Amino acid sequence: MSAQTPASAPVLDIQGLTVALPASGERLHAVSNANLTVLPGELVCLVGESGSGKSVIAQVTMGLLPPALRATGGRILLDGEDVLAAAPSRLRELRCTRMSMVFQEPMTALNPVLRCGEQIDEVLATHTPMTSARRRDRTLEIIRDVGLPDPGRMIESYPHQLSGGQRQRIMIAMALVLNPRLLIADEPTTALDVTTQAQILALIREMQREHGTGVLFITHDFGVVAEIAERVAVLRQGKVVEMGPARELLARPQHEYTRMLIAAVPSLTPRHRSIATDAPIVVRTQGLAKSYACGRWWGRGTEVLAASDVGLQVRRGETLGIVGESGSGKSTVARCIARLIKPTAGDIVLDGVDIARLGTNALRPLRRRVQIVFQDPYRSLNPRRTVGESLIEGPMNYGATPEAALATARRLLDLVRLDAGALDRYPHEFSGGQRQRICIARALAIEPDLLIADEAVSALDVSVQAQVLALLDEIRGRLNLAMLFITHDLRVAAQVCDRVAVMQHGRIVESGPIADVYANPRHEYTKALFAAAPGRRWKFGVS
Amino acid sequence: MSVTADALAIGEPAVLRTSGVVRRLARNPTVVFGVFILGFIVAMGIAAPWLANFDPAAINPSFRNKTPGAMESVRVDDGVRSEVRHWMGTDSLGRDVASRVVYGARASLLVGVSVAVIAVGIGLAVGLAAGYVRWLDGVVMRFMDGLMAIPAILLAIAVVSLSSAGLLAVIVAIVIPEVPRVVRLVRSIVLSVREEPYVEAAIAVGTPTLPLITRHILPNTLPPLIVQATYICASAILIEAILSFLGVGIPAQTPTWGNIMAEGRTLFRVYPHNILYPGIFLALTVLAVNLLGDGLRDTLDPRMRKRL
Repeated sequence: MSAQTPASAPVLDIQGLTVALPASGERLHAVSNANLTVLPGELVCLVGESGSGKSVIAQVTMGLLPPALRATGGRILLDGEDVLAAAPSRLRELRCTRMSMVFQEPMTALNPVLRCGEQIDEVLATHTPMTSARRRDRTLEIIRDVGLPDPGRMIESYPHQLSGGQRQRIMIAMALVLNPRLLIADEPTTALDVTTQAQILALIREMQREHGTGVLFITHDFGVVAEIAERVAVLRQGKVVEMGPARELLARPQHEYTRMLIAAVPSLTPRHRSIATDAPIVVRTQGLAKSYACGRWWGRGTEVLAASDVGLQVRRGETLGIVGESGSGKSTVARCIARLIKPTAGDIVLDGVDIARLGTNALRPLRRRVQIVFQDPYRSLNPRRTVGESLIEGPMNYGATPEAALATARRLLDLVRLDAGALDRYPHEFSGGQRQRICIARALAIEPDLLIADEAVSALDVSVQAQVLALLDEIRGRLNLAMLFITHDLRVAAQVCDRVAVMQHGRIVESGPIADVYANPRHEYTKALFAAAPGRRWKFGVS
Repeated sequence: MSVTADALAIGEPAVLRTSGVVRRLARNPTVVFGVFILGFIVAMGIAAPWLANFDPAAINPSFRNKTPGAMESVRVDDGVRSEVRHWMGTDSLGRDVASRVVYGARASLLVGVSVAVIAVGIGLAVGLAAGYVRWLDGVVMRFMDGLMAIPAILLAIAVVSLSSAGLLAVIVAIVIPEVPRVVRLVRSIVLSVREEPYVEAAIAVGTPTLPLITRHILPNTLPPLIVQATYICASAILIEAILSFLGVGIPAQTPTWGNIMAEGRTLFRVYPHNILYPGIFLALTVLAVNLLGDGLRDTLDPRMRKRL
């Protein structure tokens, strides 16, 4: 594209970059001595777990580093110009014209009170001398380029009127409107559903090829890496531990950390486990429905159907997976069965008792039969109470003495492989994976028959995810529990579920033994989910 | 403060370890300044009988409207005469302004603290109920909206005029318009906290409603409530002074800063000291309480802190 640099010279050349953390941080450097290059028209994936410093590299390149962090060494050459040494005014010129960024959460990255067209127009007005008529033409053109229908309507829309995928397309349009040489995409598809993710990945790929843009794609997902990367850099605690062509690195990882990460990616092939089909049914739902009335003071408001006509059953000792995208109603079903919300219709039969319409007091003795583990380990434990207090609360609600409850808590901590010393500590002293283990221990403390895991491993890093999955499966086997496993991730479901139900728009569209559904999906939506699963052509988790 | 520490604090607004909080408060200059001034005013109110040269209610028709620093020769019971100074002069009835100002601190602090405690107590209970019990919410909040629509001073005047003027009537009159603000604050916190997974997890392990509220929901409301209480205290001190100034507050013979200023109003152009000195103390006290509140907010409620 640009005349002064030969095509082979890297568009981004990071040399020995070191970014210092404040003295109170857990390590000295957010990024230490990192080297990284992105060639024109090349897509480089930067992979790492949370806290590895991958977002810091994006921020320091864009000149958006938080004030507490400081780049203390190295150079970041953008087309040969060191952006670390650039003045703020020069950085402002460079942003959007030569380097652009797409963020993870398009809802917060777009200004909610400006129309999408105005936001793209602002970029053009700031950086070019175009007249307003030409800016409008260019805006319509780029919106068409990113595959959005009806550009005339799009530029008049506010961000909240668009879907998540459409918003991310607007972000990409805004980033690419001035044909920058470098695009930094920081987890741009993490907040999106898998089918939308597939479309956005294809779009980034297409734009990169068409315009010869160098792309630095930050992700934690090896599926995405296998899907789009040409070269991969693996980041661990601020250090680039391995860098190389994607195929080679995925097939023959050299560094042990890379090997561990790749081995931890769950396989899409369901594991084999023989299940007893005559075990007693722990919970069964029939015609379960939940609708939310959108409040009106008078007259009839609209009704949103979160789940309808859901029929499922879980036997002792088996794991039923519910998979689906966000808004499919899978969490609504889980919360109905745990009776955290009241279903609007249908039955929930727990050991012969219909709990769907029981009141608070009648429900309390039955609550101990069903326990739930939530997605966000950081919000699932009361930060003001010690782990011990959280663990003994349940047993003591059902009449256990403090001593007996504490003894149970110790035993459970041992079961989830945490030290008994954890009892006197507060949740913030633990990592996400450890907290999730505590949540599992709390759920087991009152000896439930049914354990519901509502996206329980989705917020965890892939290596931790593998451990928690193994733990859940082990506990299910050891205590002969029935488990309801809610997830959006087909790979995760393949590793723990015996049967699976696929939900779309509040309904179960397909269900059956997991091997059958995975090998031979019948419903259109199930097929679409499998087609969109990132890295499906790559065999992960087969060692 | 580093960003990482900030981010941590925001992720964990809840952890309140007392020693740490006290240490952080002691390092905050606005808190130290506020506490220093408030301590001075409180000490003044407590030590009023020893600090005051004269009986604050004693009228002296022969020594009216003296400017600050005037000396009066006083004969004590045993016949000895001595010269006593009117540090802040005397008012139009010959009462010693300095003594009245010193005693006036008692009324102001008493009203401020009791209004804050009562308003927070009532507001907390009503707010918890409104936030937790769905069907109560609409009813209670519309009633609170109605209360907030009436100007606080007007409402207070109306309440005082319904009963006989006195300290209790004034406290009740100021509490009523403050309660809706507390209810709103508590209710909004309850509404967001009750959706937290840890509250749902507690419901799932069978925790009865009352322990659920006191263990898991109530503690989240305390840090912002402490901050709100200081603002209520400051505004109560001001409203009490305004009511007294308007002549509908605490009876005129009781020394309060508002009463002293009301008395000095007619001769303000000739003898400004009657309004000046109580005014200075009133302003200082309100400033100190507000500074303390700002400091507490920064320390206890990091979500409201201006981000650097």
